[in-house]
Amino acid sequence: MSTQGSEGQRRASRPEQDEVDVAMPEGSTQRDALDADVDAILDEIDEVLEENAEDFVKSFVQKGGE
Amino acid sequence: MGIETEFGISVPGHPHVNAMATSSAVVTSYSGIAVGDRRNRTRWDFDEESPLRDARGFDMSRAEADPSQLTDEELGLANLILTNGARLYVDHAHPEYSTPEVTNPRDAVLWDRAGQEIMVEAAAAATREGPFTIQLYKNNTDNKGASYGCHENYLMRRATSFSDIVRDLTPFFVTRQVFTGAGRVGIGQDGRGAGFQLSQRADFFEVEVGLETTLKRPIINTRDEPHADPERYRRLHVIVGDANLAEAATYLKMGSTALVLSLIEEAALDEDVVLADPVREIHAVSHDPSLTHLLTLRDGRRMTAIDIQRIYLARAEKLARRQAVVKIDEQTADVLDRWGTVLDDLERDPRTAADRVDWVAKLGLLEGYRRRDGLDWEAARLQLIDLQYSDIRPDRGLALRLEASGRLQRLTTPEEVAHATERPPVDTRAYFRGECLRRYGDAVAAASWDSVIFDIPGHDALQRVPTLEPVRGTRDHVGHLLDAAPCAADLLESLRGA
Repeated sequence: MSTQGSEGQRRASRPEQDEVDVAMPEGSTQRDALDADVDAILDEIDEVLEENAEDFVKSFVQKGGE
Repeated sequence: MGIETEFGISVPGHPHVNAMATSSAVVTSYSGIAVGDRRNRTRWDFDEESPLRDARGFDMSRAEADPSQLTDEELGLANLILTNGARLYVDHAHPEYSTPEVTNPRDAVLWDRAGQEIMVEAAAAATREGPFTIQLYKNNTDNKGASYGCHENYLMRRATSFSDIVRDLTPFFVTRQVFTGAGRVGIGQDGRGAGFQLSQRADFFEVEVGLETTLKRPIINTRDEPHADPERYRRLHVIVGDANLAEAATYLKMGSTALVLSLIEEAALDEDVVLADPVREIHAVSHDPSLTHLLTLRDGRRMTAIDIQRIYLARAEKLARRQAVVKIDEQTADVLDRWGTVLDDLERDPRTAADRVDWVAKLGLLEGYRRRDGLDWEAARLQLIDLQYSDIRPDRGLALRLEASGRLQRLTTPEEVAHATERPPVDTRAYFRGECLRRYGDAVAAASWDSVIFDIPGHDALQRVPTLEPVRGTRDHVGHLLDAAPCAADLLESLRGA
């Protein structure tokens, strides 16, 4: 366990290993609800995404700034 | 405090168009549609921009210069001051907006959002009037090695030692990305590494402290141009942050940073959280969306970014309680509450912060596409989503679509944003600057953060009014003088008598 700050008790359940999977816990109803919401917004975004993603991204070239 | 944002600029189908020319077209087009017929001719006074100049020496009698000497025309770049007290200009081949000076994070969000709306209008006007479609992006990298900034500025007491600032602020900056990061597809400055990271900017930081802003970027920038009385004030110029689309992220970024600066000014951070290798850690924190990376402190302890943020939060709460006369002021209490809540949410399940934190909202879209369409991190469509998230057009920008559908919190109303595109905040010197432009635009020859210069008919010399004290020139301070002065000459008379 890492050394904790003074609020450490709140996080007693935090995983102990240095690295864990990025994936979040599966199977909860909350997750299903989130997925359904994401699917709804993806449909909306499909309509507004720029045509030809590869060319568009490639041609977005900026001069450096501050 | 205030925020300066350089916007990414793109002319689809014409990638080789000169970006300085298109950026200038954006800025000058706005002057054409701006309220007031004089605003487009009010110049930025570069005289105040020299970091070597003794800013204390100005008074009205000194301004004997010919008006032509005060212009920026030799640079050929558009540069405007707006009636809301902001500056709209071209910097490094990007259109840039600097908010007027504000006193609190809520106002920073409001005038930052006003600048975003101004850029939307300006780009649309430049597109109507010119040969190309110009699109602007509130992001910080082209994912090909170039980065451009969203800088924060905070007024600090000069007496605070800079070494204290470096020691106590660096771990905060390295770890605040967990809620300030705007999210990025690609690892490394050129974005060629596959994967997702929290911050647009983190990979561009190479040293701990320094003066540079365009190369070898430092986590703590030492630029010392206070635009105010340098004996009393320092302007802390923060270059390490991402431009945020989520208003809640901008609010918390400005609010939490201001509270940490108070901690440093009061020497109230009673725990040493110095990192062993801040540059390595700023990259490592950004590269870890699981938020479980353990940073190594100089004293050997290891903790997560959230652990370190909680140390700052606890001290900030303690200081706020100590400083409160009766109770903690409403906005400070709100910042503290949101700061604690977002850390709890990020630790429990980052996705629960998707309505406040840009990187989480963006990652949610990206993961959705990955799942639905089986895309890997190199897919051009994921890079497009990363880019288009920051498109500032309400119909095309993905963050704005999320906001419009209630998935991203909005703190401002469209009405107050519209008002803030034209009117300055009332509680800083920006009030004097903006109101002089709005009321006496014809008589204002030039202006800068710390002066307004009048060209009064019948006077050979320009009349300079210095505004070196950022919290003077407020509505309380000069509102009655402005209201009583039908013209600029009357105003200057009453200022001389005041």
